[in-house]
Amino acid sequence: MALVLNEEQRLLKESAQSFLAAEAPVAALRKLRDSKDALGYDPELWRQMAEMGWASIVLPEEFGGLDFGFAGLGVVLEETGRTLAASPLFATTVLGASALLLGASGEQKTALLPAIAEGSLTFALAHEESHHHQPTRVATQARRQGEQYVINGCKTFVLDGHSADKLIVVARTSGEDSDSAGISLLLVDRDTPGVTVQRTLMADSRNAANISFSDVAVPTQALVGGEGDGWEILEPVLDRGRVAMAAEMFGLATECLERTVAYLKEREQFGALIGSFQALQHRAAHMQAEVELCRSVIRQALSTVDDAPGQLPMLASLAKAQLNELVKLTSNEAVQMHGGIGVTDEMDIGFFLKRARVAMQILGDTGFHKDRYATLSGY
Amino acid sequence: MEDLDQFRQTVRQWLEDNCPQSQRQPMQPEEQYWGGRRGSFASDDARLWFERMRDKGWVAPEWPEQYGGGGLSAQQAKVLGEEMKRIGARKPLFGLGLWMLGPALLEYGNEAQKERHLRAIVNGESRWCQGYSEPGSGSDLASLQCKAEDKGDHFLVNGSKIWTTKADECDWIFCLVRTNTEVKKQEGISFLLIDMDDPGVSTTPIELISGESEFCQTFFDNVKVPKENLVGELNQGWSVAKALLVHERKLMSEIGSDSPRQSLVPAMAAREYLEFADGRIANTALRTQLAEYDMRMQAIALTHFRTFEEKVAGQRSAAPLIMKYVGTEAEKTKSELLLAILGSRGIGWEGEGFTATELDTTRLWAMSYAMTIAGGTSEIQLNVVAKNVLELPQA
Repeated sequence: MALVLNEEQRLLKESAQSFLAAEAPVAALRKLRDSKDALGYDPELWRQMAEMGWASIVLPEEFGGLDFGFAGLGVVLEETGRTLAASPLFATTVLGASALLLGASGEQKTALLPAIAEGSLTFALAHEESHHHQPTRVATQARRQGEQYVINGCKTFVLDGHSADKLIVVARTSGEDSDSAGISLLLVDRDTPGVTVQRTLMADSRNAANISFSDVAVPTQALVGGEGDGWEILEPVLDRGRVAMAAEMFGLATECLERTVAYLKEREQFGALIGSFQALQHRAAHMQAEVELCRSVIRQALSTVDDAPGQLPMLASLAKAQLNELVKLTSNEAVQMHGGIGVTDEMDIGFFLKRARVAMQILGDTGFHKDRYATLSGY
Repeated sequence: MEDLDQFRQTVRQWLEDNCPQSQRQPMQPEEQYWGGRRGSFASDDARLWFERMRDKGWVAPEWPEQYGGGGLSAQQAKVLGEEMKRIGARKPLFGLGLWMLGPALLEYGNEAQKERHLRAIVNGESRWCQGYSEPGSGSDLASLQCKAEDKGDHFLVNGSKIWTTKADECDWIFCLVRTNTEVKKQEGISFLLIDMDDPGVSTTPIELISGESEFCQTFFDNVKVPKENLVGELNQGWSVAKALLVHERKLMSEIGSDSPRQSLVPAMAAREYLEFADGRIANTALRTQLAEYDMRMQAIALTHFRTFEEKVAGQRSAAPLIMKYVGTEAEKTKSELLLAILGSRGIGWEGEGFTATELDTTRLWAMSYAMTIAGGTSEIQLNVVAKNVLELPQA
């Protein structure tokens, strides 16, 4: 029964809904944007989220986690997508914690995971090097020198890269540019000498950075997983990230549709509510149909992370491709159906449109995932 | 769950013991058994298989046992379906009586009607067609004009119905008829069962763009119908019809996953008809279209599973209302995609020079157009979602 929410998940959804409505509405993101907030999120909000267990929602109980699995995490992410809540939830809890859970030594887990659960340690995955998602395209070098690795290279589109305490750097210890073999993951404190961070201001007013590494030295204990075997950790981490991002995007899409339908019921033109016009009704109903399909895809993909990791690559690409298309459709239609006020900054709908575009690029655009799905299908 | 596992074992064993090997092979359309006075079995094995399933009650697994059904729960019926699919067991009986009228009678019929008709359907004794649309009433179904006048002990029916599937082979027709012209159009409609052998009933087949003539027009010329054939209250037929349409749309939305015809699977056809380079379809545009179609079908399949889980959990959602729309649109996409994959081999019409499968592909493509029209057009489906799910104001 993975496709319907259980009692625990329904309660989680309700509490997330009321918490985010009160503490992190779209107005909060607007305020962060307008004040050019240095951090890009409200640390007090993150503290409260951690207190509710969100930072540790997928962590096992032994590390202070709730152990609700991705099915539980997805419920929360969906709600954060509805209010566009900015927080370290994705970069730290989804990407950071997943990398550690899947690849870290017992010692590393004990040292780091409880701090994630507490909300006192944030992470960023420094992976992308090109302006298109090409996961094995890693030119950043990590050379072994005695008891150290020395890292050189440049990363881009690092989510939370300007604010995270620790970076998980994807670097090459052997092999050629596009080989999956020879990739290694290294833990690097953001304030290590040689790390230069340039915050990039994105359309969605959320956090990303370009980061360069110039002779950055870290001890060999910073290695997560085996040297050169990083891809075995990275690929499932990316798939978890794709599914989690898709869950957030599902919340964004349903919110766009609901706001639009509400507007169709209040706006009058030609002496009638515009929602009575069939030209708009059919477009709204079509969006509802797409939402219903994506709801099933998201639920299945989330529970696949927990229950059937072998099927994850296909489900992750299905989910990310479908949700990319859904947020594109619903955010575009939302702006168009709101008419003139839809293109004003005063109206919140533009925030959804912009977040949709950034989210679509995170961990693979539509073309990337259709191509991957075709390859996984054997054609 | 343990009970269900045990049930699965029992079902598996029973099917193993009772389903003849020949009835585990893919079926040609002409091998289907539709029952009725004009129905016939394609083989002795088909008859044996039908009779065993009938006696077990599994022709209509979810109907009550007293009417010849199996009395199974939704979950048990799903298990039975899965186990049949696992060994490729054929469906023992096809027909609108089984799929549509039966469920409607269970909900709206009186005891005498259930007694008379349900068992006859399960036993394969009666084949039914549907009389809803009329030449002047398509999407605007409620404007129907075929009238039934109250003549004391019977109704006198005059008018005609269109898109009556295989009416020339059916024994009975369930009809929507006008019984009151003084009120709002939906409130003057009744649901009537008419014997096709009654004097004054006649049929004419209609040829479609696919070359097939599955559908007929059926005419009623002073047909006397006994009062006992009225289902539900007089002038309340619209509610029965709406409930029935839900069954029809569910049926049509599932057609892709459970088609009586053996149509090509696009990904398989691609292997045979497209060039590959380095393990990938060389034509990148077609490769993307194929991936899009496969993704769509996976999303639709997952949504079918979700609606089932919701039904079991007693939850309601909008998903069932969108399935006819997305399912039939996907079928059209599929047949269009197959044409593109087969190239000039996918547009042969008849005769030599093409394989039977290739010719079927062309015909199925031509037939697919009817799917987004029959049972409520895609546009009508969107109207329903706009009204009932989004609750948008009505013009």
